[in-house]
Amino acid sequence: MSALNELYQEVILDHNRRPRNFRAIDGATKTQEGYNPLCGDRLTLYVTLDGDRIADVAFQGSGCAISKASASLMTEALKGRTVAEAREMFARFHEMITSAPGSDAPELGKLAVLAGVREFPTRVKCASLAWHTLKAAVSDQDAGPVTTE
Amino acid sequence: MTKVLHGGSPAGAAAPGSRPTPEGSSSRVPAEGSGREFGARFRDDFPILRQQVHGRPLVYLDNAATTQKPQAVIDAIGRYYVEDNANVHRGVHALSGRATEAFEAARARVARFLGAADPAEIIFTRNATEAINLVAQAWGRANLRAGDEIVISAMEHHSNIVPWQLAAEATGAVLKVVPIDDAGALVMEEAERLIGPRTKLVAVSHLSNALGTINPVADIAALARRVGAVTLVDGAQAAYHMPVDVRALGVDFYAITGHKLYGPTGIGALYGRAALLDAMPPWMGGGDMISSVTFEKSTWNVLPNKFEAGTPHIEGAIGLGVALDYLTGIGMDRIQAAEKELLDYGTAALAEVPGLRLIGTAPRKASILSFVLEGIHPHDIGTIVDREGVAIRTGHHCAQPVMERFGVPATARASLALYNTRADLDALVAALHTVREVFG
Repeated sequence: MSALNELYQEVILDHNRRPRNFRAIDGATKTQEGYNPLCGDRLTLYVTLDGDRIADVAFQGSGCAISKASASLMTEALKGRTVAEAREMFARFHEMITSAPGSDAPELGKLAVLAGVREFPTRVKCASLAWHTLKAAVSDQDAGPVTTE
Repeated sequence: MTKVLHGGSPAGAAAPGSRPTPEGSSSRVPAEGSGREFGARFRDDFPILRQQVHGRPLVYLDNAATTQKPQAVIDAIGRYYVEDNANVHRGVHALSGRATEAFEAARARVARFLGAADPAEIIFTRNATEAINLVAQAWGRANLRAGDEIVISAMEHHSNIVPWQLAAEATGAVLKVVPIDDAGALVMEEAERLIGPRTKLVAVSHLSNALGTINPVADIAALARRVGAVTLVDGAQAAYHMPVDVRALGVDFYAITGHKLYGPTGIGALYGRAALLDAMPPWMGGGDMISSVTFEKSTWNVLPNKFEAGTPHIEGAIGLGVALDYLTGIGMDRIQAAEKELLDYGTAALAEVPGLRLIGTAPRKASILSFVLEGIHPHDIGTIVDREGVAIRTGHHCAQPVMERFGVPATARASLALYNTRADLDALVAALHTVREVFG
């Protein structure tokens, strides 16, 4: 499979066309803006916490196929996880999309479809925007909108 | 011995010592209709274009971001460091004399290129952004008062918006924006209405980087003159696509950047009418811009040095001078005509791509093909065509208000230069079909 086909896999194109959890959550515990100034991608992430557990997570916004699919896949992967598990998942996800091509990527289940991003360093920010936004959403400080710069 | 750095000359133009072209074309630029496509005649002057990217021949269509450099410019920069490097304006030794002479000769070339009356009206800066900031700060501080109006246009690059916001904030002046129509052309009736008795300065781009629109800057300058306002034109995009004559246009300030004029990065220039520059306070303080310094008071040097504090980008200026010689050797009018033909070809070719919408369709246009594809984000387009060897820009092009005006988050933008050919645009169109295939 060419690098391009690996990047734009059917799963990613599908999540781009029909993003999951693409909605606002009224009364979300946290609402966080994320912005990629490089390409103008913007998203708003809504997180409902039940104690330390992510009871619901959804997003809205506009962006490229990679950023939209990544946000969509992230919301699916996070539901029911604890905040600590989510942070740990981001660390492994980040390692996967920035590791040297050909090296062993961490096991990430469905999120592994985004491993192709590591062949495209200019697109790492697109894939990680939703995750950076999540990290800010679940942090204790209110840091204002997060950017990938 | 006085050494004069040779100007660069286009392949085939009369130039002692110029690199022979592969086909050994002789003493002049081939005449129109000599068979070979315009852009193809100059490609060999640009070594960077002879490479493959992702296994495909490079098709460089991101010229509005920066143009590639002819061998003559690359050689001139190397030669300066091999033979002439010294600081300018201060040395009595031979090298300093040569460096100064080459640096000032470059200034004279910029003056000639822009049609300025006197090289002293050319201030070297880092880029067009710095040239605009110089005016916004130095002229603005001396001339703007609370309630005064600065008129800009809705198609400006951030570099011709933010400096005026800063000046307005500092002085209490007010920013007014001339709108653009659905084609991306300036609404001149609104310009006439907005440029009024309170207007002190009108700042407008000559050619929009996001839309390709050519603005009627002579008409705008006339409107400004009528009310006693001065005009600043951002010529960063225009200067490498068309002949520019600041006196014929009747503008007071004109900003250019070297790296879009086939010259090095880090060098730009401001043209300013001498009377205005003379009356302006200095912007930055330091060496070279003073005539005398005591702890009680310093006095300012004459033009242009008053605005050039510190050691300048000497090899950058020299490289820019050579680039301008290269362009003059071909002829800006010929470049403009050839690029217009290519733009028309590209406009027609892109219209055949299903789902493609051009952003920027003004009647007077140059060089820029900004577009969106239905259902596909420009960033994805950029990545996919890059894999086909095609370099374009995607994003908001530092013109977020333009994106907002057209209701798009970003566009994909192909932009032309003198070395582009119809084959480059064919490659773009083919790559766009690949984009559509990938997205099914």
